[in-house]
Amino acid sequence: MSVATNSSEAAAYTSKDLVTDQEVRWCPGCGDYSILKQVQTVVPELGIPREDIVFISGIGCSSRFPYYMETFGMHSIHGRAAAIVSGLKSVRPELSVWMVSGDGDSLSIGGNHFIHLLRRNFDVNLLLFNNEIYGLTKGQYSPTSEEGKVTKSTPMGSVDHPFNPIALALGADGTFVARSMDRDPVHLKEMLRRSNAHKGTSFLEIYQNCNVFNDGAFEVFTEKSSKKEETLFVEHGKPLVFGQNSDKGVKLDGFKPVVVDLNDGQNSANDLWIHDERDRVKAGILSRFFDRAQPGATHFPRPFGVFYVEDRACYETGLKAQIETAKSKKADLDALLKGRETWVIG
Amino acid sequence: MAEQQQVLERVIIKFAGDSGDGMQLTGTQFTNTAALLGNDLSTFPDFPAEIRAPQGTIPGVSGYQLHFGSVNIFTPGDACDVLVVMNAAALKANLRNLQKGGTIIANTDGFDPKNLRLANYPDGVNPLHDGSLEGFRLITMDVTKMTRAALSDSGLGVKEIDRAKNMFVLGFLYWMYNRDMAHTEKFLVEKFSKKPEILEANMKVLKAGYNFGETSETVGVRYRVLPAPMPAGTYRNIMGNQATAIGLVAASQKCGLDLFLGSYPITPASDILHELSKYKNFGVHTYQAEDEIAAICAVIGAAFGGKLAITTSSGPGIALKGEAMGLGIMLELPMVIINVQRGGPSTGLPTKTEQSDLFQAMYGRNGEAPMPVIAAKSPADCFDTIYEACRIAVEFMTPVMFLSDGYIANGSEPWRFPQSGDLTAFKGNFITESNGDKFLPYKRDEKLSRPWAIPGTKGLEHRIGGLEKQHETGNISYDPENHEFMVRMREAKVAKVADYIPTQTIDNGNEKGKLLVVGWGSTYGAIKAAVKEARAKGLDVSHAHLRYINPFPKNLGELLYNFDKVLVPEMNTGQLNSILRDKFMIPSIGLNKIKGLPFSTSEILAKIEELSK
Repeated sequence: MSVATNSSEAAAYTSKDLVTDQEVRWCPGCGDYSILKQVQTVVPELGIPREDIVFISGIGCSSRFPYYMETFGMHSIHGRAAAIVSGLKSVRPELSVWMVSGDGDSLSIGGNHFIHLLRRNFDVNLLLFNNEIYGLTKGQYSPTSEEGKVTKSTPMGSVDHPFNPIALALGADGTFVARSMDRDPVHLKEMLRRSNAHKGTSFLEIYQNCNVFNDGAFEVFTEKSSKKEETLFVEHGKPLVFGQNSDKGVKLDGFKPVVVDLNDGQNSANDLWIHDERDRVKAGILSRFFDRAQPGATHFPRPFGVFYVEDRACYETGLKAQIETAKSKKADLDALLKGRETWVIG
Repeated sequence: MAEQQQVLERVIIKFAGDSGDGMQLTGTQFTNTAALLGNDLSTFPDFPAEIRAPQGTIPGVSGYQLHFGSVNIFTPGDACDVLVVMNAAALKANLRNLQKGGTIIANTDGFDPKNLRLANYPDGVNPLHDGSLEGFRLITMDVTKMTRAALSDSGLGVKEIDRAKNMFVLGFLYWMYNRDMAHTEKFLVEKFSKKPEILEANMKVLKAGYNFGETSETVGVRYRVLPAPMPAGTYRNIMGNQATAIGLVAASQKCGLDLFLGSYPITPASDILHELSKYKNFGVHTYQAEDEIAAICAVIGAAFGGKLAITTSSGPGIALKGEAMGLGIMLELPMVIINVQRGGPSTGLPTKTEQSDLFQAMYGRNGEAPMPVIAAKSPADCFDTIYEACRIAVEFMTPVMFLSDGYIANGSEPWRFPQSGDLTAFKGNFITESNGDKFLPYKRDEKLSRPWAIPGTKGLEHRIGGLEKQHETGNISYDPENHEFMVRMREAKVAKVADYIPTQTIDNGNEKGKLLVVGWGSTYGAIKAAVKEARAKGLDVSHAHLRYINPFPKNLGELLYNFDKVLVPEMNTGQLNSILRDKFMIPSIGLNKIKGLPFSTSEILAKIEELSK
């Protein structure tokens, strides 16, 4: 979403001013702490008066978030934050609205509202903390848990096929689709800034480690030993390069992505796929770099960054415009009460 | 033949035909003309459940009942005096609702072998000819043939010509009841201003119907229904859903807050959404959500944002909104939940009426979750009642349940509408600036209402949520004492509403006596008419009708105890009756009807007579 930068006075608060008097109650070591810190660091930079900021969440560990932000906030009911922000934005388009949700909250019980928020493109920032598990209810599999996942509710392993949140957001016609992670503060802060700068629903999936019920789910993307081989940080206009020594790349053979070795003398950076945030088709292909390493199959690193951006009118803008147009006709309450036909008695 | 004129006090006409025959339009036109002529009236449409059931079949029959008179009219009437049938199915579906000796006006073309077969008459049987309608006055005419003849040189196709059939019937009835056609002519001119050939055809057929009455000797008698003695003033005709929509706009204007409607289409509530969508010039924001839950959640968002927020639905949708209503109660934000009730449970009888969601309104949420409940008694009363619902919501910072039903939503009656200046303004409990101290979002005023601090207000940043909260600070609290305190506080707040509503009055009859009939909602007209008749017969009976169901008016108990017996007619198995028994420990007696149909006056009268023995 984007809210115009106001006067310098407006931004005269620091991250400390965003800390509430409430004790933060996530488990020690939870990835949510890092996300809270990055949000509290980035928000003061944005030049938005604190009273114009609203954080709204559903239910789940992530949804405690508003209690820890000294802004306006609402901790609502499971899955419905998307519907609540839609109502709020419909009547108060000038506010900076941030929705905080999780993989259960947005992709399971709130799946319907999630896709409709994206298609309507309300100008809000949707931060989806994906930990691939149900934490608050103590460890059942979630709609992003991998097949075969053994949890309390799936002792023989899950037979559910997981959602690919980025592909789902693209499929719902999201106008800003990005991914980051709790353990890369620099990247996360940049993605938060980008989310805020976009006018429309900014969908930011944040990989978040649940160290109690799903510890290490994203380890390969965060540990030094594997991070460079397993992640692909995409930037607009730059080639898709990854690997321990930036020695690997991805090129497109028609619509088929191929991993190439940049040191084999046959491929150079010039042959690689250049990331284009505005290319919907390529964003779709990129969203499918979603496999887990399987013997024999082509394995792709997991992309992070902005997959796709599009400029499309926001719902609240259209609604406001209709109301302004309608207001050219006088709002005469007496005429409304009277209706078209009357008669007099007595 | 010398024309006879007969003056009638009141008439009940039912227009019935295939859903494509334009009977709703015919009924509405006749109604509007009756209103303009000063008759009191009440109407009720009877739509088929299917959008377009197979033509000519009984499920495809669409009806419109009008009760008009020179006396006060309280209901659309019981059995009708005149039954207009465009085909055999319409006759079959409605004959049992015709008075003995009543008049049938039948379009003979709708009784051809095909129509008779579709209406399931045995082979070779035509009720118009087999003597089965003896005991009724039968007037037959070939509407189709005469309409086609009237338009033979119009150049229109048969399909378009046949569409004007209803105008022939309307013209004939205008002749029969000595009505002026000017209103309908004006209506047609406006409706078909861009289709001059269709306009001309309709006008021609309307006149042909009128002239047919005049020239044929089908009917020897014409009738007059004189104006009714109604309180002096300017009137309009209004339907319940329309009155609800207009009442919402009026409330929004008089409390100075834009209206936000979050809704998902559902029968019979959708017309409120349609109606409000037209009033964007009043700052009305209508939002058609992806589902019922989203609709009320959007309302919660809009209420948090400081607007007058409303959601409309019917029973099944209200069930889906249950959890969010609970959130609204915890957040203590103002909003109105409108339930236009229909037959249940589950999908039930979507196009039929029932009052079976009272328990749902009172108790249909998890936890101790009380909210004010208020019910409209007639189409025009929807205006005053929804206005009152908005006032209570905003002044008390609470969700309010407004109950209407399919009967009053689609029914209509004359309305002596108010001037905007007559409406009492009200305002939200806004706090617009910080006094420098820590803001306490749950600090209460004398109404036990909390401040409404909306985003954008500097210094009042705060968090609210569905978790139990500490008194005054609103911080999360799991303290056992605090939870009990807050549960009782929310209950006390709703109970406090009783201090700010009128006391219960007796609608008709004495303050003390043998029998009190207590009703709520759309049973008003039938009870009113029955009690009036019973009193005319000398029975000691009174009528009280409840608008406020939670909380009850403060004097209700006292009033009930003043009667030997209390009768509670309801279109359910006895929900208000249970609540009254629970609250006041009286042996009140239920009169219950669960047929998807409103009470008739005679049903209630019979019970009054039985209890008066």
